[in-house]
Amino acid sequence: MTATLAVNRITLTGFRNYAQLRLDTGAGSVVLTGPNGAGKTNLLEAVSLLAPGRGLRGAPFDELVRQGDAGWAVAAELEAATGPVKLGTAYSLSDGTGEAAGRQVTVDGLAQKGSGSLGHHTRILWLTPAMDRLFAGPASDRRRFLDRLVLAFDPDHSTRVLGFEKAMRERNRLLAEPHADASWLSGLEVELAARGVAVAAARLAAIDTLRGYAGKPTESGGKPSHFPWVMLTCEGEVESLILAMPAVQAEDQYRKMLHDSRRADAGAGRTLIGPHRSDLSVTHGPKDMPARLCSTGEQKALLIGIVLAHARAVKAGFGGLAPILLLDEVAAHLDAGRRHGLYGELEGLGGQVWMTGTDRSLFEGAGPGATIYDVNHGAIAVHGS
Amino acid sequence: MSRRITGPEIERLIQLLARLPGLGPRSARRAALHLVKNREKLLGPLAASLKETEEKVLVCSSCGGIDTVDPCTICTDDRRDASIICVVEEVGDLWALERAGALNALYHVLGGTLSAIEGVGPDDLNIPSLISRCGPGSPVKEVIIAVNATVEGQATAHYITDRLKDFDLTVSRLAHGVPVGGELDYLDEGTLSAAMRQRRPF
Repeated sequence: MTATLAVNRITLTGFRNYAQLRLDTGAGSVVLTGPNGAGKTNLLEAVSLLAPGRGLRGAPFDELVRQGDAGWAVAAELEAATGPVKLGTAYSLSDGTGEAAGRQVTVDGLAQKGSGSLGHHTRILWLTPAMDRLFAGPASDRRRFLDRLVLAFDPDHSTRVLGFEKAMRERNRLLAEPHADASWLSGLEVELAARGVAVAAARLAAIDTLRGYAGKPTESGGKPSHFPWVMLTCEGEVESLILAMPAVQAEDQYRKMLHDSRRADAGAGRTLIGPHRSDLSVTHGPKDMPARLCSTGEQKALLIGIVLAHARAVKAGFGGLAPILLLDEVAAHLDAGRRHGLYGELEGLGGQVWMTGTDRSLFEGAGPGATIYDVNHGAIAVHGS
Repeated sequence: MSRRITGPEIERLIQLLARLPGLGPRSARRAALHLVKNREKLLGPLAASLKETEEKVLVCSSCGGIDTVDPCTICTDDRRDASIICVVEEVGDLWALERAGALNALYHVLGGTLSAIEGVGPDDLNIPSLISRCGPGSPVKEVIIAVNATVEGQATAHYITDRLKDFDLTVSRLAHGVPVGGELDYLDEGTLSAAMRQRRPF
């Protein structure tokens, strides 16, 4: 038995529709079935909070509090890269005594500063129905998707993005003033350029890695997949600069561009050039067609293909440990052939997978290691027990 | 609401202690209990010391540091090299550098960093006084900018550098890079590329 990354036990308190729940899953995969509104996705969301960030819905933490409760908590025992580890995260609403509301994160009982340190123990990737419009929707969604991909390779990426956004907010605010100090602006632009180039370079590096797993099969040498191969690029001014010249030079160039666009930026009330405007472009490989023009079913297949390729790439870069995958309502949209193809690829990946669906019959062939649970109104039982 | 376990005076002491950095309600209670138990050895001297500090504490009109005399002990120390000024964000940073004993120079405390969002501009910091300390006729030959490697800190560093560029002095800043005892493999790309950019001959 090879080492795996898996949630062995998870305990939820006051979380969404769960007053109290303990689930001993073991290292095997988990299939959650039940009617709409039973709380299947809520459980996946709880698992997703064991990774850095705001979880798979990206919801504000106070919305996760069960009605009538003062806060929520998610505790889990995992088999992680570093051995068994206990992760905990909790949030309490402001109780009116002046103690601010906030999220706490613990690793083996020790309080952590922020959720970033979770990234050193887990890799959790997800696919949700909300991502179905990724290719046709706004570029900001694709950028966020891309940044999550990068984050799984490189836990420090979020710090870089936050630093860039902070410098940008400072500059935007300064530009809004009638006589903005030119020296101050230059100082911020130096910072903005350094951090912006770092953000763009990390994205390009991640896409480059991903190409080896999601790109044309003959190039990657992998097995033919049930999901179409893709062409991935990150489009943006700063990305183009990095591809054309050394990073230090790109930094200078971007700084000059910022300097020259002060007037335009002040007029627009925002920064017009930078990696915060970049877009992830995805092309259906075999059809040579932009993803947004593909059929709904094809778009879903493309997305699954990217997530699976990403999982394989993360596995290769994370000591051979496959990431935990959370697939919300994925099976329902696939024809039988692709569904079994998906289960086959998941088994090949060898990691723990959490899947949800309303119909139990969809999960036939989901693998011998998977346990099927019935979810009903915040209660969970092993199917057939 | 929990029941009260001590009189209002001790409750007040606990509440005040809990507002100190690094102390939460629990450790404040423990500190208060320790003080009360050691009334003569600790509580009395502490109270006297607090009172005395409150009466005498001053901000140095030259460097912005904190002392009980103005100009401060550092500014009036003639064994220090007055041709070098080290610029820091806060008094805590000055103390950290002094603990390290890394240099024998004068300091200048900015009192924060530039932040457009928080409405902190150059005139809200001790920047004008730094400029006048470096003006014509001053003995200053070098200004070392020792601010934090944060967005605001570095933007402030660039700003000061720009304001001092016409003066006849060297502006330097702390090196960014490999920490003492650090291993390259564990460094993030930003730190590594900064270290590479700022490499120097052996």
